[in-house]
Amino acid sequence: MIHTDICIIGAGPVGLFAVFEAGLLKMRCHLIDVLPQIGGQLSEIYPKKPIYDIPGFPEVLAQDLVDNLKKQIDPFKPTYTLGERVETLVKREDGTFEVKTSDETVITCKAVVIAGGLGCFEPRKPEIENLAKYEGKGVYYMVKDPERFRDKKIILAGGGDSALDWTIFLSNVASEVTLVHRNESFRGAPDSAEKVFELAKTGKIKLLLNAHLKELKGDSFLESATVIGKEKEVKELKADYLIPLFGLSPKLGPIADWGLNIDKNAIEVNTFDYSTNVPGVFAIGDINTYPGS
Amino acid sequence: MIKFEIEDRQGNIQEVEIPEDINLSLMEVLKASDYPVLATCGGMALCATCHVEVQRGLENLGEPSDAELDMLDTLPDASSASRLACQIKIGSHLNGMMFKLKGEE
Repeated sequence: MIHTDICIIGAGPVGLFAVFEAGLLKMRCHLIDVLPQIGGQLSEIYPKKPIYDIPGFPEVLAQDLVDNLKKQIDPFKPTYTLGERVETLVKREDGTFEVKTSDETVITCKAVVIAGGLGCFEPRKPEIENLAKYEGKGVYYMVKDPERFRDKKIILAGGGDSALDWTIFLSNVASEVTLVHRNESFRGAPDSAEKVFELAKTGKIKLLLNAHLKELKGDSFLESATVIGKEKEVKELKADYLIPLFGLSPKLGPIADWGLNIDKNAIEVNTFDYSTNVPGVFAIGDINTYPGS
Repeated sequence: MIKFEIEDRQGNIQEVEIPEDINLSLMEVLKASDYPVLATCGGMALCATCHVEVQRGLENLGEPSDAELDMLDTLPDASSASRLACQIKIGSHLNGMMFKLKGEE
């Protein structure tokens, strides 16, 4: 169990700078984020893009800003739980809070600051009727451990950088790799796209363009997937695993169940101290809303 | 005034009317009109959370940029009429057009 003064939910720029402000007041902080690294959307979505609305920086790369924030708060020795989503927030009898994550990490603290931005980044899911039935039973939205796919038949779906990169990587791990993409070309990452076309030409992978997944089949575990092609032809592909890679989209997630007053996916706060309707819980940055915000 | 129509994710269609000299993107107008558009990246064509499908008047828009096409490629439900609302500048060319909100709320 981790004990701290303030538990900050969300390690984006607002959450990171809150460590600095709390540190000046001699309060220790623990940061939690569902993403595997700090920086929120700056690190996850556009680390190499310049941003222009930071006071004192006419232009700064998103990842550089995150790195500088990290340097700025390091002296206050914050601690981190990354790659885990906060599931429950419970106020205990003595007035302290118990925060529990998806991996059962427990943090106790005197105050909770929610700096969740637009919410938890979760994978975008394709519209396949029975997709949920196979989640964790053959359908995975990220590649955490490539060894899981060794010598297996896998289907990847998507056309962005990550679909291309994992197709290339897993072509050396899996026994059979099929990439399904709804378009006839890949418009980003030309180098990776070229490699994927080369792998398809040499027969190392199967490439199904102008195609989309329709249905999944299998008793308790995924066994095959139905793909609709350009001419509406239907193909059934044997598969041990399906990896849909369509990027991430923010969702409010479990925050909605913590008894906080929510208005249009944002937490209502009193701008006097950014407190919520639950004493001891505060909300800062994009996740909050107030009259005139 | 510029008039175009928006179909929300529930299928409701509403006309939006805005002044011509407004220097905003369609994404900003949608947000200001209280449509549930996340626009996580703030309008840099980096997140695809302002995905719209052009139902009428696609020919009025110029070709999408590589950055926009690249983001559209990452979406599971994009079609040839898909665009990112953050990359559509408001102007008289939008008169009579119709956009359908896509993606999740």
